[in-house]
Amino acid sequence: MKTSIARKVLMALSGFFLLFFLLQHFIINFSSVISEDGFNSASHFMGTNPIIQYGLQPVLIFGVIFHLGMGIYLELQNNKARSVKYAMNKPSANASWMSRNMIYTGLMVMLFLGLHFYDFWIPEIKTKFIDGDMSGALNGVEGTRYFHELQHKFVDVWRVALYCLSFVFLSLHLLHGFQSAFQSVGFSHNRYTPIIKKLGNLYAVVVPLGFVFIALYHYVSQL
Amino acid sequence: MSEKGMNLTLKIWRQKNATSKGKIETYKVADISEHMSFLEMMDVLNEQLINEGQEPIAFDHDCREGICGMCSLHINGEAHGPDRGVTTCQLHMRMFNDGDTIYIEPFRAKAFPVIKDLIIDRTAFDRIQHAGGFVSVNTSGNTQDANALPIPKADADKAFDAATCIGCGACVASCKNASAMLYVSAKVSQFSLLPQGKVEAKDRVLNMVEQMDKEGFGNCTNTGACEVECPKGISLENIARMNSEYLKASITKEA
Ligand code: HEM
Ligand code: SF4
Ligand code: FES
Repeated sequence: MKTSIARKVLMALSGFFLLFFLLQHFIINFSSVISEDGFNSASHFMGTNPIIQYGLQPVLIFGVIFHLGMGIYLELQNNKARSVKYAMNKPSANASWMSRNMIYTGLMVMLFLGLHFYDFWIPEIKTKFIDGDMSGALNGVEGTRYFHELQHKFVDVWRVALYCLSFVFLSLHLLHGFQSAFQSVGFSHNRYTPIIKKLGNLYAVVVPLGFVFIALYHYVSQL
Repeated sequence: MSEKGMNLTLKIWRQKNATSKGKIETYKVADISEHMSFLEMMDVLNEQLINEGQEPIAFDHDCREGICGMCSLHINGEAHGPDRGVTTCQLHMRMFNDGDTIYIEPFRAKAFPVIKDLIIDRTAFDRIQHAGGFVSVNTSGNTQDANALPIPKADADKAFDAATCIGCGACVASCKNASAMLYVSAKVSQFSLLPQGKVEAKDRVLNMVEQMDKEGFGNCTNTGACEVECPKGISLENIARMNSEYLKASITKEA
């Protein structure tokens, strides 16, 4: 924690965890397009399994807060490292837009997470842990409310638009972040790094695009 | 030699000393040959200033052939100017056009304070070197046969590539975080890849990184700007090597 490299490595590790989390989240959400029952049972499992709820969920909460906090801390430190700015600077001559704006794309993602928590996570926590209703029941049928709640959020066109927009920022964040995390933990290899970069681009485009597709699918299917 | 040279407007950072404020001043030079180096163009300007009884512009230079790393300058928004793989002394005026306005600023970083005009204090790099950028064996007088220690070709090549770093600081100047990771990683790699350097590898990387942080350089965010602007083409791969060496060293080093 004391040195620049240690902080960078922790930043990358929290990034890896978020990448992993996002992928499983995507797969479960995508099941809602294929089968209502499939989505309900996956959600019910994730929402009630003790290992996930009491083991992984705290790690995720910590991971998000850590990634956010450390991201802001590093950004402030980096700004301090150049107190007098250039009168004339051409940052685009040597580095991609994505790599230079991680803090902004990240903060946009955080704004979205705020909405997301309000929409899904806080009601989930309330139903399950405050009201103590772990049944996931809708009209008395256990484990069936999830699909309806999901659909319900994709009725308002503005919400859908905001949802889609935030995935553009996530995509930009990951276009740099995915491969950057490997470099941060010290992995670079002339055979594998080019593959990692391609894989990263694939992830950064396919996963956000997939989330957008899911949102549009539910929006359109309820028109 | 009737070929007409370029007329240029120069916006140059002037600063009396380390504590004064400094500002951009505008100068004009005429009839600059495209075959001149950038520093020769600066000489022309200084000649002109001296003739007019003004204070010439202070800038660093020494070898003027791209090997010493003394010249610096942030030219039109890029360290060592718009060309690739060259230092400012190797930059030709043919990279510019007649009528151009050229911004000339010192390399900016909190760890590289301005001494005067375009001259900066890069002794932070020296202190990082002193913290571990050496091999503590006496190599003078009893030189071994070069082939006595077998070294894989790939490692030897990488060590040599890393060793071509001239310590100019363009990596710091180009980095949006003013990070010195490319420089430090080159200095770590040039030793740690070779058997003689492996002996002290753990202490070296830990101490050099500690000193780097102390000097107030920023944190690398892997933008890759350094690699693009580095006159010697030092690879980002060195940063990854330093990160992994640092991790291993900090975990395995005995108390
Ligand atoms: C909570 C909002 C977020 C903020 C404020 C944020 C901010 C940042 C910042 C400032 C960096 C450092 C840039 C760098 O060092 O190159 C970064 C890196 C990264 N972020 Fe985020 N981020 C957020 C969300 C996410 C999410 C949701 C994911 C993944 C699904 C993610 C994945 C990554 C990865 C993989 C890296 C690269 C780590 C590295 O370069 O070592 N981030 N983020
Ligand atoms: S790594 Fe390149 S840019 Fe940085 S100091 Fe060495 S030669 Fe200059
Ligand atoms: S003056 Fe020596 S490298 Fe430019």
